[in-house]
Amino acid sequence: MRWLEKIRMRLEMLLHRRREVRRLDAELAFHLEQQIAENMAAGMSSEEARYAARRAFGNPTLLGEQAREAWSWNSIEVALQNIRISMRTLARTPGFAFISILVIAIGIGANVALFTVVRSVLLKPLPFKEPTRLLRLYEHSSDDKNPYNQVAAGIFAAWKKQSHSFSDMAIVSTSGEYNLSGAGGQLPERVRAVEFSWDLLPTLGVEPAFGRNFTAADDRPSANATTILSWGLWKRRFGGDPSILNQTIRVNARPYTVIGIMPSWFAYPEQGVQLWVPIYHDESPKDMEVLDSHDFVPVGRLKPGVTETQARAEMSLIVRRLHDEHLDNPFIAKGADTRPLLEDIVGNIKTPLYVLLAATGCVLLIACLNVANLLVARAAARRRELAIRAALGGSRWRLIGEHVTESFLLSAAGGLAGLLLARTVIQWLVSTRQDISRVEAIQIDGVVVAFTMGLIFFCAAFAGLISSVSTTGDKMLSSLQEASRSNSAGPARVTLRKWLLSLEVGLTVVLLVGAGLLLKSYQRLRASELGCVLNNVLTMRLGLPEAKYSHEPERVAFYEALLERVRSLPGIQAAGLVRLVPGQGYGGDSGFWVAEHPPLPQGQSQYAIVRWADPGYFGALGIPLLSGQIFDARQRFDKANEVVISESFAQQYFPGEDPIGKHLLSLGRRSYKVVAVVGDTRFHIAAPARPIMYFPLYANIYEGVPIDATLAVRSSRDATLLALPIQEVVQQLDRELAVSDILTMDQIIGKSTLDSSFDATLLLAFSVLSLVLAAVGLFGVLSYIVAQRTAEIGIRIALGAQRERVLSLVLLDGLRPAFLGLALGLVVSVATAGLIRSMLYGTEPLDPAVFLSVMAILLSVAAGACLIPAWRASRLDPMAALRAE
Amino acid sequence: MHSVDNHGMGKPSDLVQGTLDLLILKTISLEAKHGWAIAKRIQQISGEVLQVQQGSLYPALHRLEQQGWIRGKWEESETGREAKFYTLTAAGRKQLEQETANWNRLSGAINLVIEKAYPEKEG
Repeated sequence: MRWLEKIRMRLEMLLHRRREVRRLDAELAFHLEQQIAENMAAGMSSEEARYAARRAFGNPTLLGEQAREAWSWNSIEVALQNIRISMRTLARTPGFAFISILVIAIGIGANVALFTVVRSVLLKPLPFKEPTRLLRLYEHSSDDKNPYNQVAAGIFAAWKKQSHSFSDMAIVSTSGEYNLSGAGGQLPERVRAVEFSWDLLPTLGVEPAFGRNFTAADDRPSANATTILSWGLWKRRFGGDPSILNQTIRVNARPYTVIGIMPSWFAYPEQGVQLWVPIYHDESPKDMEVLDSHDFVPVGRLKPGVTETQARAEMSLIVRRLHDEHLDNPFIAKGADTRPLLEDIVGNIKTPLYVLLAATGCVLLIACLNVANLLVARAAARRRELAIRAALGGSRWRLIGEHVTESFLLSAAGGLAGLLLARTVIQWLVSTRQDISRVEAIQIDGVVVAFTMGLIFFCAAFAGLISSVSTTGDKMLSSLQEASRSNSAGPARVTLRKWLLSLEVGLTVVLLVGAGLLLKSYQRLRASELGCVLNNVLTMRLGLPEAKYSHEPERVAFYEALLERVRSLPGIQAAGLVRLVPGQGYGGDSGFWVAEHPPLPQGQSQYAIVRWADPGYFGALGIPLLSGQIFDARQRFDKANEVVISESFAQQYFPGEDPIGKHLLSLGRRSYKVVAVVGDTRFHIAAPARPIMYFPLYANIYEGVPIDATLAVRSSRDATLLALPIQEVVQQLDRELAVSDILTMDQIIGKSTLDSSFDATLLLAFSVLSLVLAAVGLFGVLSYIVAQRTAEIGIRIALGAQRERVLSLVLLDGLRPAFLGLALGLVVSVATAGLIRSMLYGTEPLDPAVFLSVMAILLSVAAGACLIPAWRASRLDPMAALRAE
Repeated sequence: MHSVDNHGMGKPSDLVQGTLDLLILKTISLEAKHGWAIAKRIQQISGEVLQVQQGSLYPALHRLEQQGWIRGKWEESETGREAKFYTLTAAGRKQLEQETANWNRLSGAINLVIEKAYPEKEG
């Protein structure tokens, strides 16, 4: 029955611990008394007997502790005791405790927040069935420069029919804006919409939350129009009422039957899509057959056992065959490519997120180094106490245990605070960065909490162990001696602190360089010229529902009436209509031939961005006319035969000739005469200007006069004030029509530079934080050294040392770790700066200005931090300093 | 004089580890004893050769107690004061037999090696 006895003992030790401790003391006291009695029996006096017995017996507390080590629960008891003692010591220095906890909280908070984002966005699998088998399919661009081009519907059709690598394959359009008509007093609205083939949802393995998916029968030109709503649109516009199912809503002025509502988490292919329609129903059959118009985004699910490489080879082969069958068409791709769907969705955000995560890692390391530094300082201040305790028999492990417990308490408190901080930060992040893909998946979960725990243990171990290295190295006696006559601090300990500081400074330099590079490239980005007027320009998108404006003269009439009324509004200087204003995106391109040039060799092509504009657009946006004359508003329908080209178009395709009067064959091989050359504009602020052809807005482009356009107006005062009057004009012209994306040019730039301003700001915040931490560290260490050397400095001054010399002596002592750290940091920065090359715009990774200013900032901050203690040392009153001992 | 000290300060003794446990178990196998008496008894019987330090004795007693080999009981001692008397439990008695057998085997074997392995040359 030994186990019973053991359990009984365990319970006894747990429940009656106090009593057992008393009994142990009594047991030892009894032993001592017996010894005394024996000594007296041997003839000693009672005094002598007591003394001799005590000497033989040793330290009763230590004996008790040794006996207690055999008890069960002892380690827990020791841990609790350590915690109690640490709490008491920390409570005695609340300032130290507060600062350490704050520093760790910031370090851990930033890391947890970033980790949560990285995990949710990059690491968590997509919320689809077996997401690793999902691939996004691409064509190569026809010049083979871009392997990830969109896919022509005819190519997709061939893949779907001929390939054997995929169990499912679906085609998706890029997102567009659809008009949602108001019913029963609702305002009309423009929503982001996407077309997909009926088999997309089965391919992804997703089902609508309510209702049903499109069927193959819905996904045909002859079918009745059907649509699926996003959860958000359903809740917001239709009050979350399930009876909307099977009812009809008006989309682009056509009746569509609502057949399903997607779950709230579903956001494909991007955030903010609110409406889905069947692609083969909405697109014309002709458009779904062409081989050279690269408009679509197919997705495939690999068959089990087929690798991505095999699938890619098969896709490429099919594309190549089509290319070879149509050698006369240079716009058909020669190859295909694939990427895992997750990579496609998060591609743009990956590098910045990992860079930010690395930056927060640095911040955490700096925080730990700082706390370790503070702990070393504390251990130094308490070395006398520790030496005495060691002399009295306190075991070394016990002392280290206490030390580590202390840093564990600090880390745990900091970690908890950090978790709360991270929650706030994530809420803020999710609300400011709705554009991040998969933003809906960002949340704190069990793994994140476990990660936080890990960080807490890391901090505790890191800070605690580094600082206890400095405690345990002590020889008991020497430290007592040293403490009694502290002319200088233990040199080893100061060296350790200086090393910690150098590391800290080094990491700070790395962060500063990163932040500097991003900041500079952000400024470059903001300063780069879009090629048009930015001040007081307001833009908005509108689209005419094809159903209502099926005849071209109706469209032209609408545009003309709109421009006329808008131009007559007070405060408007100029107004114009265009497909997309600068900074609003690529839009699309088209191939062309120059009629006056010899034919291109077979397989070669030339293409340019296509814009349509009304004649007033160029003046409204201040795009300069370089030569010729802009076409006039009489360029209409099939009679339109003039085109305006941009400067880079002229340079690239008419080198050394005058383009005016030449003819471009484009858009169905119709001939357009070049009538003017205008200044370059950029379709995206970070992309160089590309050749652009401007066709007349009222011409039959593709399928007649365009139905969607951006209205741009220039005002003499704050342009945002014009938004409402213009919307009223639109409403007067067509009650069902809504405008969207009402943005000033500044806002358009702000939107496209959001990423880089966000990254630069965050990194700057991190590096300022670590700069402050490093400065505090320098200040602390130097103050400590000065305090330790008070007597020595006093003697020097008393012996006639110049105060300036003392000042420079101490200053150099403090600056040495800063110099070392700076050198270290610069070397690491040179190596790491290349890693963020893809995030830089117009800035070299080794930008000398950035490196130089980082050096200057760091050295001046370091000098500032060291100056106060050094100045104080040089002002020492020698008499007071010597007497203080 | 040897000190039985397989725990705590100083170097391990010249006695095999765990021997102190065996000595304690044996000492209390006939009657209950308190710590002081156990130390004294070992000292006496070994002819003052083995001296048990408190720093080893009490941790050993408490360890044996935690493991259920021995049980402590508070009773009045010969001097009239309350003292903690240790007795063997049933499991402890078995353990004692086993350890005694082990010890006999071990010490017999060591003796054999010392006496017979290499007859030392006289000289």
